Amino acid sequence: MKEQLQALEKEALEKVDDATSLKELQDVRVAYLGKKGPITEVLRGMGKLSKEERPVIGELANKVRGNIADAIDSKKASIEAAELEKQLEEETIDVTLPGRPVPTGGPHLLTSIVEEIEDLFIGMGFEVSEGPEVETDYYNFEALNLPKGHPARDMQDSFYITEEILMRTHTSPVQARTMNAMEDKRPVKMICPGKVYRRDTDDATHSHQFTQIEGLYVDKNVRMSDLKGVLDRFAKQMFGQEREIRLRPSFFPFTEPSVEMDISCKVCNGEGCSVCKQTGWIEILGAGMVHPRVLEMAGYDPKVYSGFAFGMGPERIAMLKYGVDDIRHFYTNDMRFLKQYHQA
Amino acid sequence: MFVSLNWLKNYVDIDQLSPEDLAELITKSGIEVEGLERFASPANNVVVGYVESCEKHPNADKLNLCQVNVGEETLQIICGAPNIAQGQKVAVAKPGAVLPGNFKIKKAKLRGVESNGMICSLQELGVEEKFVPKEFASGIFVFPEDAEIGADVNELLNLDDIIMELGLTPNRSDALSMLGVAYEVAAILDVPIRLPHTNYHTEEEKVENYVSVKVEAAEQNPYYGAFLLKDVKIGPAPLWMRNYLMAAGIRPINNVVDITNYVLLEYGQPLHAFDFDKFGSDEVVIRMAHEGEKLVTLDNQERTLTSEHLVITNGKEPVALAGVMGGADSEVSEQTTTVLLEAAYFEGQTVRKAAKDFDLRSEASNRFEKGVDPNRVQKAGERACKLLQEYAGATVLNGVFEYDHLDYSEKTVTIWTSTINDRLGTNISNDDIADILRKLNFNYEQDGETFTVYAPTRRQDIVIFEDMLEEVARIYGYDNLPFTLPSGGAQAGGLTKQQELKRYVKRFLEGAGLSETVTYSLTSKERATELVSPEVAEAMVSSVSLAMPMSEEHSTLRLSILPEMLSSVAYNLARKQVNVAYYELGSIFISKEEKVTRQPDEKVRLAGALTGEWLTHPWQQEKKTVDFFVVKGIVEALFESLNLNVTFVQAKVDGMHPGRTAQLFIGDQAIGFVGQVHPQLQKEYDLKETFVFDIDFDYILSIHENEPSFAKIPRYPSVTRDIAIVVDESVQAGALQAAIAHAGGELVKDIQVFDVYQGEHLAEGKKSIAFSLFYQDPERTLTDEEVESSYQAILDAVANEHNAELRG
Repeated sequence: MKEQLQALEKEALEKVDDATSLKELQDVRVAYLGKKGPITEVLRGMGKLSKEERPVIGELANKVRGNIADAIDSKKASIEAAELEKQLEEETIDVTLPGRPVPTGGPHLLTSIVEEIEDLFIGMGFEVSEGPEVETDYYNFEALNLPKGHPARDMQDSFYITEEILMRTHTSPVQARTMNAMEDKRPVKMICPGKVYRRDTDDATHSHQFTQIEGLYVDKNVRMSDLKGVLDRFAKQMFGQEREIRLRPSFFPFTEPSVEMDISCKVCNGEGCSVCKQTGWIEILGAGMVHPRVLEMAGYDPKVYSGFAFGMGPERIAMLKYGVDDIRHFYTNDMRFLKQYHQA
Repeated sequence: MFVSLNWLKNYVDIDQLSPEDLAELITKSGIEVEGLERFASPANNVVVGYVESCEKHPNADKLNLCQVNVGEETLQIICGAPNIAQGQKVAVAKPGAVLPGNFKIKKAKLRGVESNGMICSLQELGVEEKFVPKEFASGIFVFPEDAEIGADVNELLNLDDIIMELGLTPNRSDALSMLGVAYEVAAILDVPIRLPHTNYHTEEEKVENYVSVKVEAAEQNPYYGAFLLKDVKIGPAPLWMRNYLMAAGIRPINNVVDITNYVLLEYGQPLHAFDFDKFGSDEVVIRMAHEGEKLVTLDNQERTLTSEHLVITNGKEPVALAGVMGGADSEVSEQTTTVLLEAAYFEGQTVRKAAKDFDLRSEASNRFEKGVDPNRVQKAGERACKLLQEYAGATVLNGVFEYDHLDYSEKTVTIWTSTINDRLGTNISNDDIADILRKLNFNYEQDGETFTVYAPTRRQDIVIFEDMLEEVARIYGYDNLPFTLPSGGAQAGGLTKQQELKRYVKRFLEGAGLSETVTYSLTSKERATELVSPEVAEAMVSSVSLAMPMSEEHSTLRLSILPEMLSSVAYNLARKQVNVAYYELGSIFISKEEKVTRQPDEKVRLAGALTGEWLTHPWQQEKKTVDFFVVKGIVEALFESLNLNVTFVQAKVDGMHPGRTAQLFIGDQAIGFVGQVHPQLQKEYDLKETFVFDIDFDYILSIHENEPSFAKIPRYPSVTRDIAIVVDESVQAGALQAAIAHAGGELVKDIQVFDVYQGEHLAEGKKSIAFSLFYQDPERTLTDEEVESSYQAILDAVANEHNAELRG
């Protein structure tokens, strides 16, 4: 009986070894380990054995059974692995084929610039204000110290609708509106982005509609050195830490003193090149200390309050920063232009 | 303003600096130097020559053979200029000379005769044609007789001059004169200033024996001074003066005109010279013109005047448009011997009006408009008299007939060192302030830290403390201001909820595949009324147009973003960019008046336009073109993300496809539409099938709540039942869905259409719509009976309300 079991074991293990599919392996399992299989048969005949022999043969039979089962399991695992491998082989794709596209959009370059500037000033404690694009002559000019007949009105020929109503020529009226609306005359610290309109013929450097960002800070003890500090921080964050700024005297009816701010040219680092017209400096924005008449008209006592204001053109900033060569690109909405600025 | 540095050197010493450094300093402390250019490129080896003889070239009719003495030698030169003559002193480019444009002069043979150099015109020496005096415009330049033979022409003709172009802001009209610029430079460099001479010899005879002045418009003409000069000999002005005028961009004419122009540039005070013999009377009357009165101006144009124009008259008729242009009849000519010289102060607004009405902006009108210096009006007249005496042989009569109601007072402005420092953030001392005032040539009185400043009348822009603050700051130097940050406490900046919502919506739509546009707010009158959303059409009375548009294209304020956006779509299509997906958040302008008297209401709208392919994956044969449901899907997703319940109602909107347009509602509020542009309008705009949406974003801003409340996550399973029903094809899915939602009760959490079918197996005029129903109770597991009873209620409801049958 012992020999019989050993022969069965040998025979079964050979068959397991020969099996090439899970089906064949299953047949081997049924044939040798099933209820009608030869090992079961052997065990049935154990009743004829002596007491001493019985446990020995029993143990052997279980061992043989175990060995065969183990061999089947291990063979099964290897067949499964081979089959999986085959399947994976078959499933292989060309990963260099293009993927299914996802519709992508993005903000307009002007929006990106405006939001960047908004966030930068929000970081310095500013709020964002908005105002109407169709303005009254009073807020657009008079409240900004530009009475009727003032020569500086020439500087910005305007689109009038009636004698008293016009397309705003700058975002500065929001200064006056914000201060006027402040009933308790608290400090004001705001920036105001928006569309503005002037009687210009559209060409590479002019547009009858363009964007401006106005800034205003009115409080007790606001100093011109504060303006310089805030603008310096703005310039460095917007154009790079290595940029220097300089202020030059200028004129705006609603500020006094008035200045223009230049930044050192990024292209030549101040050495002088064609971008900065050999000066080493590039004009970025206009600014100044709020004119006492403007404060007064808005109900702020110029003896108690002082402030600074600044205004800049996002188109110009975009043109400088990205080398956009024609202001009309901002308004034709050519998809090839828009998509260039959709990347982070 | 063009400033000749050679001219400027007459008043201030600037030789210690290079022109570039000077320009930099001027820019940094007050006036922007916009350009720095040589008057002409240098010409070497060009000298004054004396034409000893001039004969016809033996072999050429139009050429002359000249013997020219250039000092150490006499050169034989062939010259083709028509105005060459024996006895002239001319500019001779000797062999070896290099003229502007790298034009090298060599010995040559012209038609068999040797020529050893070239006699030059001013143009050949690099002077711009428009500045060359007319008599020399088509020939060589002839020097005055006193020019030294052999002298270098660079200096003599001022060719080595540097011209500085100043960009003047409206407040700095004081720098519209050489003296004004000199004061500015003197302050910046801290150097003294030399004023020009105004002394001249006068005759016993008095002006008032010849002429009287009467001003009938004192407000417009507070000062009028008349000088009278006899025995004037018209001729060329001295060479140096002509040089300076050319450098400043003015063409020399004759000594009288050149002198008035020279003084205009020197003092910033316009003068006018009348030919007194042609003046027509001995009485100068200044008054407002009569309505319809006529005057022929120097440019030979007849001008029809109105009562808003100030004129100089001879008591009978106008002889000059005050401050703008003289009349042709009394113009100074070759024959003039007696000159009436006007030095006057004309009020700016009056001159501005006349210059604008007749489109006659001149050097004179520009200065009057901005306000001249009261203290220089008469001075300038005296300066001109001195120059006319010296360079036109004039006999100046005694005195000046004046009308004088001019305010000569200096404005006083008080400044305090401490206030200056408070405003600038600086630490400037009293002594620094005193020093700055001295450099500026301002008179002042000091009492400790208090300075009473007498602003000179040349600086009309200095009126209040802040004006002086600027003067101190710019001379002190903006570079010297410290960098500080506001000390006013740490305020928290930020966006309002509404501003944040705008940004959120932008990012949402960009994530959904749309590109943001910025289009023009001004469109054509016709476009302004296209694709106006029904609720806008209802709210408005008329569109708003500009009084004086620059073009029809941009004449009217938009009532919808869509027309200009569709123009941009067409722009792309024309450039083979056929897939376009746009959105824009911007204002429209609604006027509720027939005739505008108030600002229109500005309403923020959210619009979009899509055309072409939406999603393509060619190698997988996947292709989706934009259709109604692509656009609707984006709009639905947006509203879902905003937690707003919007309904879509089939509607007709002007300019939209009548069968493919839905109006949007939140509750009963109409808030816009979505759909396909009408094929006819598509054609007009040169578009392919284009789908758009236009939404009242202001309404959304007004109702949106930013904080979503928490809803428990359900712990019990949901049950899904499908239902397919057959209805008449006119029945809309939305109506069925509403009926299902209503009948199904609270347990129905979601209803989704998963199939729409029409055709075989269904009766003509019928369609089948299949819905998936999702049942859920957050508190417990649902029973079959509950679901079944809801399902039956739904079937009953759609059967009753829509004649629907369960699909077999």
